[in-house]
Amino acid sequence: MSGVATADIQSAVARALEHHRARQGALLPVLHDVQHELGYIPPESIEAIARGLNLSRAEVHGVITYYAHFRQQAPARHVIQLCQAEACQSMGAEALATHAQAKLGCAMHSTTQDGRFALEPVYCLGLCASSPSMMIGERVHARVTPERFDQLVGALDPATPSGATT
Amino acid sequence: MSAATVYVPADSSARAVGADEVADAIAAEAARRGIALRIVRNGSRGLAWLEPLVECATPSGRIGFGPVRTQDVAALFDAGFPNAARHALAMGPVDELPYLKSQQRLTFARIGLTDPLSVDDYVAHEGFAGLRRALAMQPEAIVNEVIESGLRGRGGAAFPTGIKWQTAMRAAAAPKYVVCNADEGDSGTFADRLVMESDPLMLIEGMTIAGLAIGAELGYVYVRSEYPDSVRQLEQAAQAARVAGYLGRDILGSGRGFDIEVRMGAGSYVCGEETAMLESLEGRRGVVRAKPPLPAIKGLFGQPSAINNVVTLATVPIILARGASFYKNFGVGRSRGTLTVQLAGNVRHGGLIEVAFGVTLRDLLEKWGGGTASGRPVRAIQVGGPLGTYVSPSHWNTPLDYEAYAKFGGVVGHGGVVVHDDTVDLAKMARFAMHFCALESCGKCTPCRIGATRGVEVIDRIMAGQNVPAQIALLRDLCDTMVSGSLCAMGGMTPFPVLSALDNYPEDFQKGLDHASRRNPQKPAAVA
Repeated sequence: MSGVATADIQSAVARALEHHRARQGALLPVLHDVQHELGYIPPESIEAIARGLNLSRAEVHGVITYYAHFRQQAPARHVIQLCQAEACQSMGAEALATHAQAKLGCAMHSTTQDGRFALEPVYCLGLCASSPSMMIGERVHARVTPERFDQLVGALDPATPSGATT
Repeated sequence: MSAATVYVPADSSARAVGADEVADAIAAEAARRGIALRIVRNGSRGLAWLEPLVECATPSGRIGFGPVRTQDVAALFDAGFPNAARHALAMGPVDELPYLKSQQRLTFARIGLTDPLSVDDYVAHEGFAGLRRALAMQPEAIVNEVIESGLRGRGGAAFPTGIKWQTAMRAAAAPKYVVCNADEGDSGTFADRLVMESDPLMLIEGMTIAGLAIGAELGYVYVRSEYPDSVRQLEQAAQAARVAGYLGRDILGSGRGFDIEVRMGAGSYVCGEETAMLESLEGRRGVVRAKPPLPAIKGLFGQPSAINNVVTLATVPIILARGASFYKNFGVGRSRGTLTVQLAGNVRHGGLIEVAFGVTLRDLLEKWGGGTASGRPVRAIQVGGPLGTYVSPSHWNTPLDYEAYAKFGGVVGHGGVVVHDDTVDLAKMARFAMHFCALESCGKCTPCRIGATRGVEVIDRIMAGQNVPAQIALLRDLCDTMVSGSLCAMGGMTPFPVLSALDNYPEDFQKGLDHASRRNPQKPAAVA
């Protein structure tokens, strides 16, 4: 859960800018790259991103905070997104969410105390004919029962993070 | 003897239920038994309940087994796999399955048959035939062909595609852009995802034809961040198309150029609205723009832009390849061609059902769906995504056709059909619609930004049995304001599920009343 070293932030931002600067409307691609590399978008990176794209810090901050996907704190090792949209609701998504919260001992939108798991709602993973569905890191799972949830979570490596959602 | 070919889908609807592990288990078991196998990771056929659907090529066609779990693999081999095996999971020839055979797959004709990243496979299945024809045509002729076909926007708004292209074609400014809206956020829809993962070259071909028609050399695909597999698949497919000469500065030696760039959204539902998507592509908050100007005249980066949904663009190649009249012959009234129904939610046999417009919900449930997954009676069906209505059972026999649905206040939309059994509480679903709007509103207009939050509060009071008749009147009034006063469909259509729930399932809005009067028998809470 600790933050990232300043030098790492600087080089991640520099690489992202280098890669996307020539593109029109480069801000989202830059933010995606930074988050992909560091796991989140550290507040310290905003000034360099703004300068690199000739934007104000407010504009960059505004974009980061508008989009649910961008995060400003280091994520849990395994981010578990449970679909809560209509199709999954019709197949027991709510009961699955209740089970997941009890199993992990953490509420939706929060992280377990040891920093291993975070639970987040997501609105549709495009697996609506195999509901309920969820995503761990970038890996999708469908027809998830409480038993299947326990198996999948139990099999997660405690040390290696699930692939960060880019 | 050459190695037998086995197909294991790599679409995320198959991977999400263990297809990668099944592919590994098949490879390992074949190696252990000394059987030579070639495993192709094909796309999904769209028969979600059968995934992972493993297929084997035989002289009499492809035979299927599904749904296969890793623990089934050894027994399958014992029964003679990969040759025709007698096994409980054996489905026989896949093309003969009634679920598939009764469809009219035009747009999705190739899906699941091919390796999605193989240009050779694509070309062998009629791929790029439309592009080859378009390269020999004048832009006006391409546009006329699309107008003539009757193709309308499959993203939900159903605007005639050719007319949109004509406006962008006639706009004088340069450069112009093709923008593909792949922000498929509606629950109950997955056709866009299937195109991108299971037949991405079809989308690339459709966008290229659009570029030739309007005079654009660059296309953007805006894919939602919830679909990381689609992003990867599209990027790889684009690279394969470039290498084979179907994308780039000089397409097939024609001297005409077109290329695409894949952009990822960031978890904002409203970015599926075209002007919010343009803002996002330009690097800003996904806040809706007022129209006019029309994006076809002043769209992305202020330039003329043809903005179309994935399925719309993916349907263009077959229209160009087979001609407008071929496509137009399917369908009813002004809804020409095919509708890609996505049968989802609490249904036994969910999946992609591409059929000519005119099918009914009852057909879908009986011919394809096979009842609910839970085995309980069907109680409610929402058509057209989270902004679509809960269709009254009296309309379950109404043909799915844009105009027939509009007549009773319904929306066909993107063709998403979400089934609920009799445990559903429609007051709760109405509350969810308002809650979702409050979560996802871009905040630009007041009816949506404030209205959705007030909507949740009013429904909470109804569910608690407080002043129910007065609160229902208030809810109707609020919905009226949102429908008439919102800038885009987010606020303007959120009342559709709410009001249809209220109109068709009024008893669900009275439950709180019963509880409240039980709590307080002397003082009935029904008094407004």
